[in-house]
Amino acid sequence: MLVVDNVTKRFATADGGVTALENLSLEVSKGRFVAVIGPSGCGKSTLFNIIGGLVEGYEGRVLIDGQPVDGVHRDVGMVFQEESTFPWLTTLENVAFPLDVAGVPKAERLERARALLRLVGLEGFESRYPAELSGGMRQRTAIARTLAFQPKLLLMDEPFGALDEQTRLLLGDQVLRIHRELQQTTLLITHSITEAVQLADEVVVMTYRPGCLKRLVRVDLPRPRDSAIVSSPEFGRLVAEVWSDLRAEASRGMQDIESHRKEEIS
Amino acid sequence: MKPATAGILGVAAAALAMEGVVRAGWVSPLVVAPPSALPEAFRRMWDEGFILHPALITLAQAFAATGAAAAIGIPWGYVLWRRPVLGEAYTPWIGAAFAAPTVLLFPLFLVLFGRGYATTIFVGFIAAAIPIVLKTREAFVAVPKVLLDVGRSFNLGEGGLVRRVAFPAAVPGIFTGLRLGLIYALVNIIGMEFLIDFGGLGRIASEMYFRFEIPGMYVAILLIVLVSWIFLAALTRLETWLRPR
Ligand SMILES: Nc1ncnc2c1ncn2[C@@H]1O[C@H](COP(=O)(O)OP(=O)(O)O)[C@@H](O)[C@H]1O
Ligand SMILES: [Mg+2]
Repeated sequence: MLVVDNVTKRFATADGGVTALENLSLEVSKGRFVAVIGPSGCGKSTLFNIIGGLVEGYEGRVLIDGQPVDGVHRDVGMVFQEESTFPWLTTLENVAFPLDVAGVPKAERLERARALLRLVGLEGFESRYPAELSGGMRQRTAIARTLAFQPKLLLMDEPFGALDEQTRLLLGDQVLRIHRELQQTTLLITHSITEAVQLADEVVVMTYRPGCLKRLVRVDLPRPRDSAIVSSPEFGRLVAEVWSDLRAEASRGMQDIESHRKEEIS
Repeated sequence: MKPATAGILGVAAAALAMEGVVRAGWVSPLVVAPPSALPEAFRRMWDEGFILHPALITLAQAFAATGAAAAIGIPWGYVLWRRPVLGEAYTPWIGAAFAAPTVLLFPLFLVLFGRGYATTIFVGFIAAAIPIVLKTREAFVAVPKVLLDVGRSFNLGEGGLVRRVAFPAAVPGIFTGLRLGLIYALVNIIGMEFLIDFGGLGRIASEMYFRFEIPGMYVAILLIVLVSWIFLAALTRLETWLRPR
């Protein structure tokens, strides 16, 4: 379904340039849930934007159903890391937005938007504005809005990154339920190990700059799952396994950032 | 206490203090009119036709000037955003023009347009256009990139992106510009009316001044405050209609 083939991306910057991604390859087959994990600054959002067609000028190929991606793709739906609900629209209007753009008649798009709000657990908040919702509710609105677009591939960039651990585990349950109901092919980018293991069939561990594939961890926890799984020994083993790979990268990232600080101070 | 009650009480307290200061004889009533003299002055001016008609004339001019400034200033601010080179080239100049007291150019406008509404409205237009251009550009620049990316990810084209994402996101900022523009237009139009002794409330203030009718001047000034309040309230209505949040 999604193939990322040997992608390399460099950014020109004032002090020479950074290689954000280097020879990164990964695959997501239909109906699967894949998580990409890596330390902050390793190129996760860059990968997200490349697959979504918002960043150009990279080497390598991105294929969806065998077709190369060139620019924004109809079959890819994106949920962004930043706050992205439209503050001037109600929750319902936000979710109906992509349907409105696609020219779906009003009655139908509102009905579909209502069903999706129910799916993400926001029934009863249809006429609220984003400012009246919590951060987690806004992110769920954004997810419902992207699902309304009916993408073949759901791409999410740290959608719960700004939320606390407990909220995140509970939202993880909702994501699992949505995945079960829709069998939606999903690529989730995250920096949380528990989130990756809780949700995914496979965890792609990325190295710190330049970002390339370090290891692929299969998560063979039985489905359906819910957040109670975090207490199982198998879950603990998988988290430990991912962390053993990630640890070296995370500390490299931390050193890099700290040495930059030092340069800035001196 | 409600904000409106607090506001009215505050104004009442200030009026009472003024009254007290004049009654106590600390300030001559020829310099500061006691507020109690205002109703009488208002009635006299009403009978002379110095209230409703001038207020409407000034309101209409401010409306025309701000409307024209919006019609030209909003697209202009938009262009300064869409063409960053132009934006960076011209924004400092427009910002500098904002600080310039354009009213002082009134002899030039008198020569160009004569002593009439063309001059007063033109001065109001210039004064309103500058903040509208600046605030419109600022509002568009401040639209979060992620909102535009959301629109793009839903296959919106450039036109749709501006119409359905950038513009609604910029509405609050644009209205800040309209509010500022309106106030500047009103101040400049009234100042111009006062200077050339022509038109609405500014002319009345000037007339009262020459007749040495201090309470009349105060009435004229209070009317000006009332007129701008009406206009700002109407603008807020329009904004909530355009963008409920
Ligand atoms: N537009 C850009 N211009 C220059 N450098 C960029 C740009 N976008 C990202 N980078 C750099 O690329 C690296 C990876 O960034 P990003 O993909 O945002 O990482 P992550 O999402 O994993 O935290 C960072 O070092 C960042 O500074
Ligand atoms: Mg990121």
